Parts: sequence; structure tokens; C-alpha cells
Amino acid sequence: MNPILEVIELKKHFPGVKAVDGINFSIEPGICFGLLGPNGAGKTTTIEIIEGILNKDSGTILYKGENRGKRFKAETGIQFQSTRLPEYLTVLETLKTFRGLYPGKTDIDWIIEVCRLEEILNRDNRKISGGQKQRLLLAIALTNNPELIILDEPTTGLDPQARRHLWEIVTGIKNSGKTIILTTHYMEEAERLCDIIAIMDYGKIIDIDTPHSLLIKHGKGATIFIRTEEPETYLDILSCPYFIVENGIEFRTDSLNLCVQKLAASGTDLTEMTVRTPNLEDVFLELTGHTLRA
Amino acid sequence: MFKRILIIFINRNREFYRDKSGFGWNILFPFFVIVGFSLIFSQDSRKEYKVGVINSGNISNEISIQYEEFRKTKFVEFIEFESLGNGINRLLRHRIDLLIDPAEGKYWKSSTSPKSFMTEKLLISSSEEIRTGFIPESVNGREIPYVEWLFPGVLAMNMMFSALFGVGYSVVRDRKNGVLKRFSVTPLTPFEFLTAQILSRMFVILLTTGTVYTACILIYGFENRGSYLSLLIIFILGSFSMISLALIIASRSSSEEFAGGILNLLSWPMMMLSEVWFSMEGARPWVIKFAELLPLSHITSGIRQVMNDGASLYEIRSQILALSVMSIIFLSAGSVLFRWQKSD
Repeated sequence: MNPILEVIELKKHFPGVKAVDGINFSIEPGICFGLLGPNGAGKTTTIEIIEGILNKDSGTILYKGENRGKRFKAETGIQFQSTRLPEYLTVLETLKTFRGLYPGKTDIDWIIEVCRLEEILNRDNRKISGGQKQRLLLAIALTNNPELIILDEPTTGLDPQARRHLWEIVTGIKNSGKTIILTTHYMEEAERLCDIIAIMDYGKIIDIDTPHSLLIKHGKGATIFIRTEEPETYLDILSCPYFIVENGIEFRTDSLNLCVQKLAASGTDLTEMTVRTPNLEDVFLELTGHTLRA
Repeated sequence: MFKRILIIFINRNREFYRDKSGFGWNILFPFFVIVGFSLIFSQDSRKEYKVGVINSGNISNEISIQYEEFRKTKFVEFIEFESLGNGINRLLRHRIDLLIDPAEGKYWKSSTSPKSFMTEKLLISSSEEIRTGFIPESVNGREIPYVEWLFPGVLAMNMMFSALFGVGYSVVRDRKNGVLKRFSVTPLTPFEFLTAQILSRMFVILLTTGTVYTACILIYGFENRGSYLSLLIIFILGSFSMISLALIIASRSSSEEFAGGILNLLSWPMMMLSEVWFSMEGARPWVIKFAELLPLSHITSGIRQVMNDGASLYEIRSQILALSVMSIIFLSAGSVLFRWQKSD
């Protein structure tokens, strides 16, 4: 299947910063593609170059095998990381405004239903909650019946309930066969929604694969977390790779039994210890050497 | 394309009438000015007499010394006119109290103005040579009260503020907030967006100006001595030129403070130099020349000539031409400079 979007050797430098440093990826139609990375990794810069908001320094971006043009604008739905809407409009008027700017259109009742906007349709768009606003922004991104939907950190700043609410909506959109590009710094979000994840840091893509393959490749062994205020005291006990994290220290090991024995022998209170299999966050730590939300 | 322009046009209008404070201000501000000045100038409190002077040639030696002495008379202001017609027009409207042509040895008084009578007395009593050397002539006109003279200026000023701040400020605010960025990723083009801004604000300006105009005509009995078509054309061209000027200011900036400063920098000199509040007759020539570069001067004089003097479309051709040229220059510059957002 031909990719819907290809990014080839894309570069963007700001004074003193290589925001995007020669990245490559292609996106198959119908998948959810995740750009995962900490703040400042270059995700939003990459997305804004693709959207046409920022100019690239070099590289190529192809939409359906061609340079982006009017067709790209008409067939793409975009949700910015943060944006304000035209003032003094109700939610319904806002939706109709953006819907009217596109040649291709989605049934507005379908958008309202999918994004669960029924109860706030006649409310001033400045007087809706953060979660409602994100749902409205997502609805706006759907007004042109897009083939490609770009969502830039759509759940940042939302409470856990609103975030899960939005995940359900995005899952529904994905199931309808649309292609989604999603940037996030929430690991759980990437794990739940994305078919392919590109891990990005310092403007480069460190690895790109399915969440499952990333875990297999980089998430071997087990992770031991010890809750402590003095993580350094454990460095003499265990010699495996470690990460000092919030409220404690994490060790990566392929020899779980041996590590537990050493900890028990040293008199460590094992009730403060947690053992788990690696997740994407561990993969990220492995690949970048620093925490995701740094 | 037209549908997209219509959508943005409707949105801007909604924004305008739902913004109660802005809407109220646009309607009420000119009323307050007119009401205030009608109270202040219900009795003309100006003490000085105004004498218009036509410079048609050299003054004869017989009266030159006496004439120069007369020019030193206290409480009399002398205003130079380039043409007799212009001076007569002012005399007819009681904007001046006497018109003299010392080279020709003539003066004109208004038979309907008590101040003209008094000024004539000052002139002929100044010396025997002047009394015998000048031939008097009379004109018969009706005084334009200051408030009625002011009214076109207030309409023009309100158009200016509505255009500059209504478009300039709001576009900058939308750029700062990211609203323009959101529009930039839709098929909406800058041309469509700017056209919608212009049409929307012109609609608002014509609506508010029409409302204020009608209300003042009904309440104060102001009279339009010219045609309504001429007035409408000046209103349309005036608002168009001012909106175009606003688009230059709004073309790039995303700082409301900066835009506000520039808008004030433009609007205040225009308000002071464009004969909104007072006539520029008697001002230094370079100031008058500079004022001619300001669109508000042409809007004010165009409306005033139509309303107060009954000027025809042909008679206000210079204002129409000036406003048209300015509109084209401003709009071209604004379109070329326009960016959806701050460049990266």
C-alpha cells in the first residue's frame, strides 16, 4: 500500500537548536502513527512543518506521493496543541464556520455525536471546559471529512477522565479507517492509540516500530522499583543499569532472582520494592537515557 | 471562494454585535460627543471676529498703511483665502464674519449675521481712508451652527476609530491568540480573509454611521444639503480607506500593545489635523499640506461639503480621488505584507 505521507531527510534549525535533524518516516493509510518524545524533542516542530505552519530548512514531504498543495489542505484535519477560536461564537456556529471553509464535508450530526458535543452546542465557545474544548477542536479537525488527521498533544492539560474520554473518541475515529498522526508525551496514550510509534529526542528519531516490537527489542528483563529517599545507597548493592526516578530508583535486570536475593541479603525492606515487566516508558528510558516528562 | 468570504463576514458581524461593549461604544460615542458639544455651544461663546482676506494683488498705497493698522485690531482673526468663492462660501455659512479684498478695495458682509455687522463697523471705523476706499457688498446666507458643522467630523472620526481599532486591533489579537494560525491550515486564502474583514467592517460602519446620522437628524434637525448618494459614496470610500489603512497595521504584528500604540499614533494626529473639531483655516501652510495626506481630512471635508454646503459629486471629486488612491495604496501594501502568523 502506498504511504499517505512520507517525510524524507527533514531538517529545521532554529538559532542554536537543531529542532528537527534529518528525520525520515512514512505513514501507511488507516493507521495511528505516534510521535513520542519529551517536551522539546521536536515533535511539534515536525508536525507544524508537515501542516505548513513552519517552513522547513531542507527535506521532502510528500502527501499521497506528491508535494503538499491545495489537496493536502482540503483532505487534512488538524488539531493544534493550543489554539483559540473565533470569539462570540457558539460551539455549533464554530463547527459550521470551519465546515464551510472546506469543499469536502462531514455530516455535522455525525461529528457532534462522535465528539459528544450535544449538550454544549449552544454554549459560547469561551465558556466550555478544557475537555469540552479539546473535543470541539477535534470535531473541527473532522469537519472536512479528512483522510489524514493530525493531533498535536490533544490531551495535554486534561484530567484523567477527560483524557480517557478523548482516547475513546480517537479510537472510534481510527476504527472508521482514517489515518491519524498523534504527538504525545503520555506513554499510556501512545500505547493505547498508536499502531506505529516513532520515538523522538533532540530532533532525531531514535527508533520507529510497533509498540509490541519496541518492547521486544528494548524491553527485555524486568524492572525493579525501590521507593526510597536515598537512591544512591542501592548502587553498591546492585550493579545493573539504573535510573533515578521520582520517589526512588529503578533497576533493569535479566537476573531478577539474583537481584532480589542481593537486596534481601543487604537488609532492604522488600515491601518498598515493586517488580514489573517493561513498558514503553522503560523503552524510552533505555533509548534516551532520561525520563519522558523531563 | 464567495462562500468562504461570506462565512468569515458573518462571523465578524456576529462578533461585533455580540460584543456589547464595543457595539454600544460605536453607537453611543458619537452621540455623547454631539450631545456634549450641543450643550457647550448652545450659545456661541467665541468672542473673536473672523475676517477672511482675498489676496488678489498689490494693495494701493492710499490704504495700505491703514489696512495694516486694521490688521492689528485686537480680537480679530485674519484668515487668508485663495479664491473668492471659497471665502464667500464661508461668509454665507457664518464661518467668517467679513471678507475683504484689499487689492480690489472691496469687502463683503453677511446681511443675516450680527457679528458681520459688528465687524464691518470695526473695519470702517478704523480709518477714514478705509471707509471711503472700500466698496461694500452684501451676501445673504444662513449660519451653520458649530454643532452642525462638527457633526460630519464626528461621523468621520467614528468611522476612523471603528475601522482602525475594529479591524487593526482584532486581527492582531486573532494572530496573537492563534485564531489566524487555525484559519491558515484551512483552504481559506489571505485574499478571502481580508476581503471578508473589509466587507464586514464596512457593513458595520455604514450601519452604525447610518444609525447615528438618522438619530441626529431626527433629534437635532441637522440638514443634508447635498444628495444622499454623494454622502453614501463618501461613507463607503472613507470606511474603505480607513479599513485598508488598518490592514497595514494588522498585517504582521502579533502584539496588541504595539498595534495599540501605532493605532493611537495614527488616529490622534488625524483627529487633530483633519478639521474634526476645528477649522484648519489660519494654520501654517505645511500643516495644511500635511493634513491633506491624511484620509480623515478628505472624509471630513467630503461629508461636510455635501452636508453643509450641498456640494455635488463633481464638487467633491478631489476627496473621492484622494480616498480612492489612498485605499488602493493601503490595500496593496496591507495585502503584500499580510502574514497569518509571525514568520518562523
